[in-house]
Amino acid sequence: MTPVSHRVVGRRVETADVVTLQLEATDGSRLRYAAGQFNMLYAYAVGEVAISISANPLGGGPIAHTVRNVGSVSRALCGLQIGDTLGLRGPFGSDWGLDSAAGGDLVIVAGGIGLAPLRSVITQVIAERDRFGTVEIVIGTRTPEELAFKAEVESWRARSDLSVHVTVDRATPGWRGTVGVVTTVLPRVHCDPAAIALVCGPEVMMRFTALALMERGMPASRIRVSMERNMQCAIAQCGHCQLGSVFVCADGPVFTWERLEPLLAVRQL
Amino acid sequence: MNTIADELTSHRFFAGLDAAHLEVLTGCARNVVIAKGASIIREGAHADAFWAVRSGRIALGVTAPGRGMLTIDTLHADDVLGWAWLFPPYRWHFDADALDEVHAVTFDAVCLRGKCAADPALGFDLAQRVAAILGDRLNAARMRLLDLYGSPQPG
Amino acid sequence: MAGPSGTTLALDGDGLETVIAAVRQRGYTVIAPTVRDGAVAYEPITSAAALPRGVGDEQGPARYRLRERDDDALFGFAAAPSSWKRYLYPPATTLWRARRDEHGTLLFDESAAAVPRYAFLGVRACELAAILVHDRVFAGAAHPDPTYAARRRELFIIAVHCGSPSGVCFCTSMGTGPRAREGFDLGITELLDTATPRYIVEAGSPAGLELLESLAASPATVQDLEAAQAVTDVATEHMGRHLETGGLPEMLQRNLEHPQWDDVAARCLSCGNCTMACPTCFCSDDVEAQAPDGETSARVREWASCFSHDFSYIHGGTVRETVRSRYRQWMTHKLGTWWEQFGTSGCVGCGRCIAWCPVGIDITEEAAAIRASDGRGRGSA
Repeated sequence: MTPVSHRVVGRRVETADVVTLQLEATDGSRLRYAAGQFNMLYAYAVGEVAISISANPLGGGPIAHTVRNVGSVSRALCGLQIGDTLGLRGPFGSDWGLDSAAGGDLVIVAGGIGLAPLRSVITQVIAERDRFGTVEIVIGTRTPEELAFKAEVESWRARSDLSVHVTVDRATPGWRGTVGVVTTVLPRVHCDPAAIALVCGPEVMMRFTALALMERGMPASRIRVSMERNMQCAIAQCGHCQLGSVFVCADGPVFTWERLEPLLAVRQL
Repeated sequence: MNTIADELTSHRFFAGLDAAHLEVLTGCARNVVIAKGASIIREGAHADAFWAVRSGRIALGVTAPGRGMLTIDTLHADDVLGWAWLFPPYRWHFDADALDEVHAVTFDAVCLRGKCAADPALGFDLAQRVAAILGDRLNAARMRLLDLYGSPQPG
Repeated sequence: MAGPSGTTLALDGDGLETVIAAVRQRGYTVIAPTVRDGAVAYEPITSAAALPRGVGDEQGPARYRLRERDDDALFGFAAAPSSWKRYLYPPATTLWRARRDEHGTLLFDESAAAVPRYAFLGVRACELAAILVHDRVFAGAAHPDPTYAARRRELFIIAVHCGSPSGVCFCTSMGTGPRAREGFDLGITELLDTATPRYIVEAGSPAGLELLESLAASPATVQDLEAAQAVTDVATEHMGRHLETGGLPEMLQRNLEHPQWDDVAARCLSCGNCTMACPTCFCSDDVEAQAPDGETSARVREWASCFSHDFSYIHGGTVRETVRSRYRQWMTHKLGTWWEQFGTSGCVGCGRCIAWCPVGIDITEEAAAIRASDGRGRGSA
């Protein structure tokens, strides 16, 4: 599968090491995707990396990817400027399954840069707000500075039809918001057992979050999480992202906790 | 107008408490409203009370020279503030400030300790509830030590 | 015994030469066993003279030796060190190339390598089964691999039913051999009951039938067919290994924490030889290969091994940090989770992983050791 050349048409520095790129295909084609899916982004002569889509699938604007500078490819991507081009293959993988959640409540829990794939879902929910019941959004970051999409989070917070909780691990002077890990916020959010929970963040954070949600009475089948594994081909052929019988790239990255919990229970599976 | 006993019954910390014990506890309790920004407790001061928060947020932290208050935890409705009143030498470890106007039920610690000494069953029940809170806070603190969000994610 | 056509011919050695010639005449490059560097290797040949006449092999854990046979058999050995997979799924494949136009805009070119037309001569039943497994992995996928799919489409398969299993063979356990049942164009049984070998040839496809009908040869007799059947019947009795497959995926699944994984990890060098020798192992790395002039850069797929430490790398570290977890991944995938992924076993019983393991780890013994104390590994996944 050959990449399609995409041009950077927008660039926003989110935090010290996170950049959001807005991309348009140089051939004018438009990517159709669902919230939760990912693309393989290619930086010339460096390589490819799997990055979730962070834009609203219904938005009709450029596709957006929010990249954290953690390796050689992501560093190169973060360094791209408006007008530069990159390669894009995709979209790949499962999505958040928002349609199946319509009519019910949503509990959205993001940890760190895990907010990026959830921004895709949050912006879609806002665009179709009347399809859903109550929407609780819990965002945890290490420090206030490391919160991505700050202006947007503020705009979400200002809406009366969303309940947004931002909590930090380490407050900085002047932080008047909540301090504590996301799990300590969950006892206070509206959480109907019939709601659907969408969780994305580092694996350990997702494990604790799923546990806390189950303590609130949510069945594992209604908790959806987005997994990270080493994805190279993105089409279930290179083998790197296997987790038991699962190919995370094709069967995931979004799984129900019911499916994932027994797999993550085995160390180094 | 709810009585203090009603308010306590609906508070998570006191959920399922024996009616007789509740009756005893209300004898040490009173309703308070704390103004936004007010200092509630001070590090090192005598721990002579504890609070069951009904509404509003409280920041728990330390004050560092030149950096103001560094918040280490926030407390919300259904949380309780303070456990140092239960163990000698009864000194607060941190500062607590009201982030909003806070409505709470406050308990006189000397009164409470007296009731617990007189009724070990009540004392045990209360100690268990405080222990559960300490366990939750310890787990939360451990999770923060893990620096969960610092670890990577595909983004 | 006979192919779908019912046409089965009996050929002598010269007749085999005419088969090779007929295949070549149809535009195929014939790949067949030949002796190279003290081992049998599957290489391009142009004549039956290149086949390993009178050569046998001895295979055991960490052991492979050629030996001289006391006959003129051309197919008197078992699985060669390197399987056919390198021809359909090459060790390195350029997937696409990136370059910049005069404005600096990135452009991508699909790799457009010419598709070779291979005829594989001497494919064993286990090896044919391995090709059918790869069909599911590469061609039956949602995104078929273009290189594999194109080469596979052009492939002509001449199976040789196995009469010479080695000490590491267990195709009967895996239900794949020694007689090939499907997926070949021509099926050959080598008969050694006369001074010079004879070849009973059946067609397994319309293309095979067409080729067979073009040959001037006499039909096989009933006795020929019985003798051919006897060859694989005898081979069935000479399997060097046995693997109990009843409930195997489930058995492994409930023993993910079995102490045997520690035991095998103490011996395993994590060298990845088994994965390179295995005819079904398909894992790969996508790597970047920039041209020396800096004008283009290619994305290249290279064979990889789940035994590599960084195979499961995610930013921050490696998921399968220990050899224990990597061996477990390989074996439970091969014998277990492969079923869920592809509806088949990933093991075909060729025994290569046993012979080519430098410390002689035997997958059949490891599976048996876990089964012998089933339940000591309290895994739940």
